[in-house]
Amino acid sequence: MAPRDGQSSFLQRLDRIDRRWIFLAMLLAVAAPILWVGVTGKTFPEEPTPAVQGAFDAVEALPADARVLISMDFDPASAGELQPMATAIVRHCVLRGHRICAMTLWPAGGPIIDGTMQDVLGGRTDFTYGERWVNLGYRAGFEGVMKQMNAHVSLAYANDVRKTPLEQIPMMKGIDGIADFDMLVSISAGYAGAKEWVQYSVSPTLTGRKPLKFVAGSTGVQTPQLIPYYPNQMAGILGAIKGAAEYEYLVNQAVLKADPGAVVPPRFQEAQRRMAPQLFGHVLMVLLIVLGNVVFVGLRPREARA
Amino acid sequence: MSRSLAVLVAGIAAVVMVLSKFIVPMESAETTVAEWFNAMAAIAFVLGGASLLKMNLLAISARGPGWGYAAVTLVTFLVTLGVGLLKVGVPPSPAFPGHSMGGSPDGEGGALWWLYEYLMSPITGTLFALLAFYVASAAFRAFRAKNAAAMFLLGTAFVVLLGRTYAGVLVTSWIPVDWPWVSWLRLENLSAVIMSVFTTAGTRAMIIGIAIGVAATGIKIMIGLDRSYLGAGSGGGNG
Repeated sequence: MAPRDGQSSFLQRLDRIDRRWIFLAMLLAVAAPILWVGVTGKTFPEEPTPAVQGAFDAVEALPADARVLISMDFDPASAGELQPMATAIVRHCVLRGHRICAMTLWPAGGPIIDGTMQDVLGGRTDFTYGERWVNLGYRAGFEGVMKQMNAHVSLAYANDVRKTPLEQIPMMKGIDGIADFDMLVSISAGYAGAKEWVQYSVSPTLTGRKPLKFVAGSTGVQTPQLIPYYPNQMAGILGAIKGAAEYEYLVNQAVLKADPGAVVPPRFQEAQRRMAPQLFGHVLMVLLIVLGNVVFVGLRPREARA
Repeated sequence: MSRSLAVLVAGIAAVVMVLSKFIVPMESAETTVAEWFNAMAAIAFVLGGASLLKMNLLAISARGPGWGYAAVTLVTFLVTLGVGLLKVGVPPSPAFPGHSMGGSPDGEGGALWWLYEYLMSPITGTLFALLAFYVASAAFRAFRAKNAAAMFLLGTAFVVLLGRTYAGVLVTSWIPVDWPWVSWLRLENLSAVIMSVFTTAGTRAMIIGIAIGVAATGIKIMIGLDRSYLGAGSGGGNG
């Protein structure tokens, strides 16, 4: 039945809906699951994808005391997506007894390294600075830093953030070029990041005596650009918060397998806890797209008649 | 003269980088050029800061619309720069406990760390999170199935949106996992197929196209045909 003059149909009113109602719907879709997860502590089970399993297996396959270079190439804007990823990988390395050399190519990445290490290590005193981990901090130069590190790490970093020369840091003994590390991990939100690490540092080692193992973690937007490099140049990819949740799940399962009575603190379930708000946010997006198209199709004949 | 010199330096640097891949004794020259690049990247920050100062001072002096924002930008820039350069409140480095300037500028407890932790981090995180609200509004108003291609795109978006969450598992949990000829229809598997087959194919095509474009542009810069990197008035454009 056609609406009377001056009276809008339901679809027309829906078409002109104040966008603040949509904002409110999104707020509820995200806030309610956050509260639910916070109160109950429950998370969804994860089924690791091959790319995430590949990353986990690569870290597992390293011998104890292996030296892993982790480049945290992101800033606080992407921390919501990438911080749980960084925490999970660093924690996995610590649990496996690997040594960690952290760095960043992003100006605002320095405090992220400190925060991640503090989160993972907590009050642990056995994972001593200089022996088990080192923070090289930030260097300007993007690909230029990578190329210098390929030849000699000390060309890009003469000392760590504590101003200790690299040759005086015990865990850096025997490290000359980047290929001397047992694995490279890049957690990145864009340029310079995982893609540049593949192009400038990982690919040149593939034809050499010792290919550099590489694992990447990236934002959802960047992940499609990295998929072509898996599995040849990359052992695994952690794509967006979903990839982080899957990796976190694998690490937590490994912890619980070793010690069934262990309690996993909430800070080591951050990615899994964020999957519930992501689920409801995505479902709302799908519903809004469907609703928008119902309005579009419903109003089209009327607009054609007009 | 200065432009010709810049073109010459760029050309020589590019030739050195290329030759170092083929001539072993030239490998150290490549490292030297990379050092120049790093030095210039650091200097670019100074240029960027000077440009930011100039643009915002001009905006403030012109008193045009939004000049107040320019003032806020300027003040925050100068405060951040000041506390960073002077290492205000920075804890001393354990290697040099007697020297207060020996610590890292963003060391925990310092003024720069405080600005980062309590201003920059929450502000940028909040701005990023706001995207969810605007994307939701755009989803309702802009994602319209106006033709077959748009419908195909929307269908793909639905699969990936749901497949990347537990919703995908719930919606298609009735499809048996152990029947390979139908299990790929489960949303989480379909999403993975889209990402690993179609997205990979498209991305590979783009990467190859970009690589060829970069190689072509590199050759033009090397021989001085492309001078667009020198800025406006270079007289070269794209050759």
